[in-house]
Amino acid sequence: MITVKGLYYSKDHEWVKVDGNKALIGITDYAQHALGEIVYVELPELGTEYEAGDVFCVIESVKAAADSYTPVSGKVVEVNEELEDSPQLLNEGPFDNWIVAIEMNDPSELESLMDEEAYKIFCEKEE
Amino acid sequence: MDNLKKTSLFPSYKKYGAKLVDYAGWAMPVEFSGLTREHEAVRTAAGLFDVSHMGEIEVKGKDAAEYLQYLLTNNIGTMNDNQIIYAFMCYENGGVVDDLLVYKYSADHYLLVVNAANMEKDYQWMLDHKGDYQVEIENLSDQVSELALQGPKAEAVLQKLTDTDLSEIPAFYLKRDVKIAGANCLVSRTGYTGEDGFEIYLSHEDAPMVWEKILETGKEDGVVPVGLGARDTLRFEAALPLYGNEISQDISPLEAGLGYFVKFDKGDFIGREALLKQKQEGPARKLVGFEMIERGIPRHGYSVLSEGKEIGFVTTGYYSPTLGKNIGFALVQKEYANLGDIIEIQIRKKTATAKIVDKRFYAKNYKK
Repeated sequence: MITVKGLYYSKDHEWVKVDGNKALIGITDYAQHALGEIVYVELPELGTEYEAGDVFCVIESVKAAADSYTPVSGKVVEVNEELEDSPQLLNEGPFDNWIVAIEMNDPSELESLMDEEAYKIFCEKEE
Repeated sequence: MDNLKKTSLFPSYKKYGAKLVDYAGWAMPVEFSGLTREHEAVRTAAGLFDVSHMGEIEVKGKDAAEYLQYLLTNNIGTMNDNQIIYAFMCYENGGVVDDLLVYKYSADHYLLVVNAANMEKDYQWMLDHKGDYQVEIENLSDQVSELALQGPKAEAVLQKLTDTDLSEIPAFYLKRDVKIAGANCLVSRTGYTGEDGFEIYLSHEDAPMVWEKILETGKEDGVVPVGLGARDTLRFEAALPLYGNEISQDISPLEAGLGYFVKFDKGDFIGREALLKQKQEGPARKLVGFEMIERGIPRHGYSVLSEGKEIGFVTTGYYSPTLGKNIGFALVQKEYANLGDIIEIQIRKKTATAKIVDKRFYAKNYKK
């Protein structure tokens, strides 16, 4: 399982990369492996406001649809449209392909997320 | 997974990288090397499935044929020895108790192969309707392992492990006492994938050895272990129904377009009256195939609409690995069930348009 330094991680297996007040959100390697081959990503609309814990995206494998939850509150300011035609990018490079960028309402929410080391331990327990 | 039932193959799963799920109370592999890869292997070479969770119920005795004729919708009377037919066991109201295969050994000896999720219910139903028929009904489900080898190369691969000439077993026929890698098996030319292939019934003791031998022997031909995930996408593309999706207690065989397996001219059977009425009046709902026009994957249970009005629901839907399209089956009011009609699928908060198409999405292009 791959993890990346310097990111924040949620218990729902999303990662957050902070860029100023903006949070880039994606799914982890653990998540893409658990989902299997990803064949569809339903992206949110620009401007949608989310509370932390809301479903912001639905990721579908052949087998099933799985909800993804935003770890931070805020407004969607960018979506990665490349995923509409190439959803498999989330399998191929989960950390290279963010799903949305959210303008954070409350950056202190990041404090409740895990760092890389804590996330690794969390995943070991999930196994 | 600890409290789930496990097949005799369970100890072999890990070696092949299985991801496990709870399926009808069984710890079963949903996939091994990846659903799409497994799916393609079955379409182009062959795949090996552990389907030991399936139920097997034996019926024997002098009234066996008469009893099954009353219990099931298809005609048992026209079966040859060693022949197999697909049939429904229905409720009085025409809803389905289960769909199953009937294996005929001889005039007074049959084996029913039933869905794992329905096995207890089926067995009880069969006992409850035994009446005065002189039959013995025995549930053998716990005693039998079952493997399925499916795909265009299935016969060539299995032939390497047996002296029995497999080409002499026609589709929907069985042969008993076939030695596969030395193990005593019942082999039938049946399956649930839309491909040629075999289902192999054997003892729990022999199953792990035969599983290994088939994978070993078939390796050069591209045989891989296949999980329940691909089993479902394969049967779906081939328009084979799944109990609980296309047919159920609430969906009759006629609504599902499976009237061929309901023989009204054979005499009385449970559900005949209700089904005959449905046939004469025409079922109010019809199962259709559809292909998405707009983005989105249809899934089991999603609502189907026409101009905003609900007209039915999706019974099965997938991104089809063979076709590379988002397709599904839906049970809709018959007025909306015409080829070419545009419908809408409610996918979460949005609707997406789809077109009604022929539901035989896939048909193999070789004989057998």
